[in-house]
Amino acid sequence: MAEVEIRAVSKSFNKSPAVNDLSLTIQDGEFVALLGPTGAGKTTTLRLIAGLEAPDSGSIHIGGRDMTREAPADRDVAFVFQQYSLYPHLTVFENMAFALRAPGRRQPEAIIRTKVEEVARLLHIETKLHNKATQLSGGQMQRVAIGRALVRAPSIYLMDEPLSSLDAKLRGEMRLELKRIQTDVGATILYVTHDQTEAMTMASRIGVIEAGRLIQIGTPREIYENPINAYVAARLGQPAINLLPAHLFAGIPCGVETIGARTEHLTIAQDGTGVPATVKRIEHLGDQSHLHLDLAGQPVVTLSDPDAGLGAGDIVSLNLNNPLLFDADGERVAA
Amino acid sequence: MAQIRVEALDKSFGTFHAVKSASFTVEDGQFLCLLGPSGCGKTTTLRMIAGLELPTAGTIRLGGEDVTMRRASARDIAFVFQLFALYPHMNVRHNIGFPLKCEGVGAAERNRRVTEAARILRISHLLDRSVSGLAGGDRQRVALGRAIVRQPKCFLMDEPLGALDTEMREDMIDELRALHDRLGATTVYVTHDQLEAMAMADVIAVMNQGHVEQVASPRDIYDRPASLFVADFIGSPPMNFLPFRGSLAMGTQAIRLGEREVTIPVTREALAEGDLVLGVRPEHVRFSDRGMVRGEVYGVEYLGTTQIITVTTRYGALKARTPASMPFRTGENVGLDFRADTISIFDKQSGRAIRTGLHEGGPHG
Repeated sequence: MAEVEIRAVSKSFNKSPAVNDLSLTIQDGEFVALLGPTGAGKTTTLRLIAGLEAPDSGSIHIGGRDMTREAPADRDVAFVFQQYSLYPHLTVFENMAFALRAPGRRQPEAIIRTKVEEVARLLHIETKLHNKATQLSGGQMQRVAIGRALVRAPSIYLMDEPLSSLDAKLRGEMRLELKRIQTDVGATILYVTHDQTEAMTMASRIGVIEAGRLIQIGTPREIYENPINAYVAARLGQPAINLLPAHLFAGIPCGVETIGARTEHLTIAQDGTGVPATVKRIEHLGDQSHLHLDLAGQPVVTLSDPDAGLGAGDIVSLNLNNPLLFDADGERVAA
Repeated sequence: MAQIRVEALDKSFGTFHAVKSASFTVEDGQFLCLLGPSGCGKTTTLRMIAGLELPTAGTIRLGGEDVTMRRASARDIAFVFQLFALYPHMNVRHNIGFPLKCEGVGAAERNRRVTEAARILRISHLLDRSVSGLAGGDRQRVALGRAIVRQPKCFLMDEPLGALDTEMREDMIDELRALHDRLGATTVYVTHDQLEAMAMADVIAVMNQGHVEQVASPRDIYDRPASLFVADFIGSPPMNFLPFRGSLAMGTQAIRLGEREVTIPVTREALAEGDLVLGVRPEHVRFSDRGMVRGEVYGVEYLGTTQIITVTTRYGALKARTPASMPFRTGENVGLDFRADTISIFDKQSGRAIRTGLHEGGPHG
């Protein structure tokens, strides 16, 4: 494992910038998640580090060495792709052992066996080791693809939405396991995702990326509690943060255009002490109930206490406690 | 618009029994989700309603009429597929209008209905664009438009959002439900995604290995699962299961779990000694120093407002959802309690939920 540093890297495709002056350091043993929507430049960043793309400018350092011009094979990185590509004619064991048997890095068979079996156990595919890769379900194939990377001990694991093809239950289990494995072996991981839950639950730090730029980087708690702008604030939180015009509330400091209110920033009462809002509906999603309110024509969604006894048409009063404040450009304003 | 009634529907493909005596009713104007893992028979059921497959046994009634053996084109339904097949050489307007053209609807009427469908789907500005340049969400709207223009008695949808990425999917969930509220068309919607089903459906039919396991409102499916399968399939993370051995007398209000008594909703049936399972949702697990189940914190997953704590116990790994403000350390020794009025009890052998006070009265949290 090693520290990986990206210095002011830019990359354009046909003159449209995919990655724009991006700098990022992933510490040895750190799990960094890059979070952003489709097309934000997340995958390109991974490919630049792996050497699958060459940057237009900037440099990439792995373990203190400038790797910008090195071939992918010389960079000592392991890539897990979103679309798993396994060798169909090989068994699960052979697929996982493949990288360890490669010429130049070949390891003794006894060590390979121990390593593959250990990783297979972690991924719950130890009973499938002698199946052909094509005899597996999609979820199992993706775990083999992850396993193929985990058997190696590279400087860094680069993972491109590796859980997105798994079903919800398996994804939940794999999140916990992947984090566990990473902590246990002290792996350095750069993980790309558009799923906020994956980023929040696994990453030591989250980098929020928009249009090729790194907007903010910090621990999940920092990003969630202390976003630098409205864009970052809207990336995390379920239900999503409510961005409301400041004039709807009294006593808001001047220069503030938008109030960012999450569930924990809103107090719902029925005593008429705050701004009145009408209950539109209550959405029971199982583990959460979303209370949909109409506040002077603005939709507001907050978590509701299932025992509050609210129903459509009820009038409630909303009070703010320490919400996030944003100016006209969406930048954060100190409270 | 019409009621859809499916009675004892069976379908075998050679030796594979895909659908086993499935029965449910979709009332006029209702939105029903067929929910289950891949291979559970949900798409086959939908295709039989559409007339794309013929059942091995059973009947399908549309608005009271037996349509079991009727051709798909004579059923007055519209089907929306997961992979939206649009005609790449036609623009949006012609794609949406195509089914009407096939039915021989005149140009003026066709134009009126296409314009109306586009307005409902908020794609009026795209009508003269080529479909090949459209984003995923807009392509799916065009596919929906093609279903809407026909003004069918009912809509059948097979994972129409499956190909979209998360953010787009969340927007489309709200849109589809709002669309349903405007049109009021009877809808059967197939998905493996519980969030889609919970957020959109009036009624969910959970399927497993060809069987319909439970037909109920999203709330009942979540709060009062009829089987271990349903309890495990719904919820993220799913329900916690604690296996124990015991017997149940009628009217019991407690069970023995290890050395401790656990209060449960009052039982409405008796059960001889056997393997039982106590089920409790993560949000109904509470931390307490004197808790009846002890364990060690294995993992903490921060989610912003809440967090999920995984605790290893003698009953296996249990998950609890708590406010994110409560501090936990990995390795910490903790005690757990369960909110008594929410507990489910299952017979392990059959997987069936035991009837208790949980199944009576109003909803709980």
